Amino acid sequence: MSLKHVNAVIVGSGAGGGVVAKELAEAGFSVVLLERGKWFTPFDERKDDLRNQRTCVLGNAFGPDERNPRVYVDSSGHEHIVSPTHGAYSNNAACVGGGTLSYGAMAWRFMERDFRLRSTYGTVEGSTLDDWPITYADLEPYYEKAEWEIGVSGDDSNNIFRAPRKRPLPMPPLPPTREHQILRPAAQRLGLHPFDIPMLRNSVPYNGRGACMRCRWCVGFACEVDAKCGTHNTVIPRAIQTGNCELRCECIVREILTSERGHATGVAYYDSNGRLQEQTADLVVASCAAIESARLLLNSKSRLFPNGLGNRYDWVGRNLQGHAYTGAIGLFDHETYDDLGPGASIAICDFNHGNSGFVSGGMLANEFIRLPYQFASRTAAGIPRWGAAHKDFVRRYYRSSISVMGPMQEMPVFDSRVQVDPKVKDHWGIPVARLSGHRHQNDLLGTNFMSAKAEAWLKEAGAATVIHSGPISLDGPSGGQHQAGTCRMGNDPKTSVVDKFCRVHDVDNLYVIDGSVHPNNGGFNPVLTIMAIAYYASANLMKTRKGMGAT
Amino acid sequence: MQPSLRLNRRAFLQVALTAAAAAGAGVACSRNGSPWRFFTLDEARTLASMVDQIIPPDQDTGAVWAGVVNYIDRQLCGPYQPLQEIYRYGLAAVDQTGQATYGKAFADLESHQQYELLHGLEDGKAPGAAWKRVSSAEFFRYVVDHTMQGFYGDPRHGGNREGVSWKMLNLPYPPIRGRVRSDLPKPRSG
Repeated sequence: MSLKHVNAVIVGSGAGGGVVAKELAEAGFSVVLLERGKWFTPFDERKDDLRNQRTCVLGNAFGPDERNPRVYVDSSGHEHIVSPTHGAYSNNAACVGGGTLSYGAMAWRFMERDFRLRSTYGTVEGSTLDDWPITYADLEPYYEKAEWEIGVSGDDSNNIFRAPRKRPLPMPPLPPTREHQILRPAAQRLGLHPFDIPMLRNSVPYNGRGACMRCRWCVGFACEVDAKCGTHNTVIPRAIQTGNCELRCECIVREILTSERGHATGVAYYDSNGRLQEQTADLVVASCAAIESARLLLNSKSRLFPNGLGNRYDWVGRNLQGHAYTGAIGLFDHETYDDLGPGASIAICDFNHGNSGFVSGGMLANEFIRLPYQFASRTAAGIPRWGAAHKDFVRRYYRSSISVMGPMQEMPVFDSRVQVDPKVKDHWGIPVARLSGHRHQNDLLGTNFMSAKAEAWLKEAGAATVIHSGPISLDGPSGGQHQAGTCRMGNDPKTSVVDKFCRVHDVDNLYVIDGSVHPNNGGFNPVLTIMAIAYYASANLMKTRKGMGAT
Repeated sequence: MQPSLRLNRRAFLQVALTAAAAAGAGVACSRNGSPWRFFTLDEARTLASMVDQIIPPDQDTGAVWAGVVNYIDRQLCGPYQPLQEIYRYGLAAVDQTGQATYGKAFADLESHQQYELLHGLEDGKAPGAAWKRVSSAEFFRYVVDHTMQGFYGDPRHGGNREGVSWKMLNLPYPPIRGRVRSDLPKPRSG
């Protein structure tokens, strides 16, 4: 049975794909949005400490499930078949909204220098570091659009390092937590510039949904009161509302189809009943996040594209990156815990750039509210592992500790990569992603520096003892929920996969629109940048396709 | 450190039976004449002594009372099925180590002997013969982590009975659905 031809088929309904679906559908394009997972609602929220996206010791809440293994190659070359609950899998949720259903929802704009790292710092040995083909100014209007359409609360006016913005955030920050009140004056005494973190979370009623009720089940969980703003409760419903967008869930895309002349003609996918379907379209957009988008391009082989789509110069899947997280935990003589979610509320950007001895850096913020098991299972030198001493530690410090952490901007490494495995296949018989590589030495230097800064901040805040999170390991590729970099955006087809409008260099109607296109990933959670790029790429896509869909 | 309560066989059986009954009869992934889904009575007794060393009772209840053995038993017939063999082998090896070192099964040792023996397992210094198939350090890491899950995790999975650990940390239980908004400070105007 052949399905009705449409203008655009979008693979993946996360931060990127959801935005593209809405932009195209509103412009009159007929759109099919394919999602491998299910559509969850706030009623599906389980508040399960051991089974969510952050802590998945008993499984994850929003997928993918065990039918989707990956292969991970460790630093000594051994291959492991890993399931989605394994750390080395680098999971990102598989559901409508993707990671935005259950994320912590920090909404960062990258800084101007994040787009020009090579011009700022020069070449870095062992890294493919390069400038972006676009600048912050190109993205600024789209950052603003993401902030207002999807919804961001916070107040970064005190952040003197932020890139210029034309319009303030649409919602005020949530009232400060006790941690915030302890950390803010301490940062000011140190001459730092603390501010309220921008978050994709309603602090007041917005967009027809209510405000955050400040429960402790936040990062890793879907929001019970629907106050967290993702693509699943903003742009995707709007796309469907136009009547031009059909969302199909539990569809596993096998490959992107191409014609003899080298154009994309649609996708082949297995529907929720396991039947192979073919959806033809004028345009194909891959928005599956860095690992799965690369896998999809690499799995789409044909006579014209024997190494996969966009892979003429062997750049698809390269430069896989995420964030090296680092920081410190401060132990206090008094209570710091007030049981108010989301927890993270105050940050500094004093150390994102301009540090000596290494390239770039990252923001530092107090951590999301921690559940008892997360706290009790935290290991570091100086924290007892078990026994009466451990129980005492948990009892004494669960409510009297503050954790300051931050994401270090990683240096892209050519050998950190996604390939398709020659042997292992998933439940549908599609070759799985194979992850291998290592981190760059600069990541270690930067994280050590940031830990020391987190320590200084906590000491100034009155912590009696401060415990470092310890040096990071450079083994294995990075990735995780912040995965990025595998289909780099660039002007030169020999050293990138997509052009500056996210179009694959050698296929004129195929786009990759998600974190894959980031040449580097900022010292920030990348989601708002992914959304901004999706708005930006959609706008340019529609300019070049005038007349399409205006039926 | 506080000496932990040692359970004699009869007291333990009572705890075990109560826990099994509470968890609902008929869920069994083994037929060994034991009230547990996976463990034999001896295995459960050894594990109970271990988890009460990992989270010992003091002014707050310990891991056994909180139902950690029940939690692990349940998960071994669920998501932790692949670890069944490691537990079967590891628990036998713990008892063998007790026999080799002190001439007694682990559960019959003095509390300080149990504590020292577990430290030996953690450091991989346990007598070699019993630990050929799985390293003692790896097995012990599993038990520690699963004990933390069973004690501090959500009660729906069979541990953290009556939310004891959450009460210990002064966290309201059951989870509050919606807060009284008047309790909260007003958002700052932006």
